[in-house]
Amino acid sequence: MINMQPYQNPTYFLFITLALIPIIIANLYEKKLHWYQSISTVAFLLLSFGGIKWHQGIALIIYVVLEVILIKIYYEYRKRANVSWIFYIAVIVAIIPLVIVKITPAVYGGKASIIGFLGISYITFKIVGMIMEIRDGAIKEFKLRQTVEFLLFFPTISSGPIDRYRRFLGDYDKKLPQKKYLDMLEKGVWYIFLGFVYKFFIAYFFGTILLPQVGQNALAHGGISWWLVAYMYVYSMDLFFDFAGYSLFAVGTSYIMGIATPMNFNKPFSAPNIKEFWNRWHMTLSFWFRDYIYMRLVFFIMKKKLIKSKITIANLGYLTLFLIMGFWHGVTWYYIVYGLFHACAIIICDMWLRFKKKHRDQIPSNRFTKMFAVFLTFNIVCFSFLIFSGFLNTMLVHHIMK
Amino acid sequence: MKEQIIEILQDLTGSEEVAKNLDVNLFDTGLLDSMATVQLLLELQSQCNIDVPVSEFERSEWETPNKIIAKVESLQA
Repeated sequence: MINMQPYQNPTYFLFITLALIPIIIANLYEKKLHWYQSISTVAFLLLSFGGIKWHQGIALIIYVVLEVILIKIYYEYRKRANVSWIFYIAVIVAIIPLVIVKITPAVYGGKASIIGFLGISYITFKIVGMIMEIRDGAIKEFKLRQTVEFLLFFPTISSGPIDRYRRFLGDYDKKLPQKKYLDMLEKGVWYIFLGFVYKFFIAYFFGTILLPQVGQNALAHGGISWWLVAYMYVYSMDLFFDFAGYSLFAVGTSYIMGIATPMNFNKPFSAPNIKEFWNRWHMTLSFWFRDYIYMRLVFFIMKKKLIKSKITIANLGYLTLFLIMGFWHGVTWYYIVYGLFHACAIIICDMWLRFKKKHRDQIPSNRFTKMFAVFLTFNIVCFSFLIFSGFLNTMLVHHIMK
Repeated sequence: MKEQIIEILQDLTGSEEVAKNLDVNLFDTGLLDSMATVQLLLELQSQCNIDVPVSEFERSEWETPNKIIAKVESLQA
């Protein structure tokens, strides 16, 4: 049986187009084809998790069955009672598979865990979000079929964007007026074509043509060189256009299906500071961390009055958030340093913002300072991506081997 | 009620802007960040006796002083 990874080659796009035709027609008649959508979900999952990847397919099925049972049990429990430690246990149990998948390669010299599959972290985010909203009483109804459709929604299964249950459910059930759907259809098609430009032209140029050459020169030179600086910028461009391109495919496909999956990027390189950068870069992930980790932690600490200083609480929140984000990327020194780097950057950014607020009259603000802010932020971000790329690790290994 | 909320917002943002322009977008302008948002929820809880869990905090529904006032009034009703 054939196997195809999402949005990787023309045939996959041909399949998507064919599969979407009935959905488009139904939506134009202001109807929803739920049963057909379920069938296409199964078909596309088979395409990506069947054939040579069948073991991932099995892992996915077992994972989803167990997690859905967990959500259901917690939901039933929550209707009757609401004890904190049960909630903590539910969250911990939900993330155990992801933790195992993330730790295994670090312990077994890069070997992948057998329970892992493409996109496990993105599904886990959705599940943990659901459990937290069930605890808050925000999710009042557990619907089995919709939950499975939400978790396995095929346009976003491999790398997000991370949608939210209640938002998704609204779109899933809502019959759109024709005019509104036409608008979405137009946007969806536009996003996909923009994605082509991003991923198959710009990211291809930076990532496939330029990056290997620049990398080789930087390695040959060793240490700090202009090649290393070039590597930093080329890698950053590749990272953005590749991921933003993929996200555009995922969002575009969702829109064509009448589901407004949230956007992942909003001109991140024009952010005037690091705080604003995280409102624009991989937004569904950073908002997930903001809403489910940072705000909850801060809320908890302030409500229980564990720490007095507001600044300390905020900084502790940042450290927690970015350390978890670092570990989530993978258990390697450079991902964790990347997390710490951003935590420090945002803490310093907050210090500056407080200082600026106090001395508003003395600090100049004009076109030049604004341009400088964007320039500085861009370079700090690119440097963080150099850490993230793991290239410094490659250089280190290369140096030791020499 | 209205004055009370505006006072809370003035305290949290350290700015008169929120009293002058009740339709200012608190998040886009950077007047309110996540930390201040949590403080706002806690203040509303203690002063206005309304309980808003973090999950129910949908930014688009709380982004201006006017929207916050409307939201609090609807939650008290």
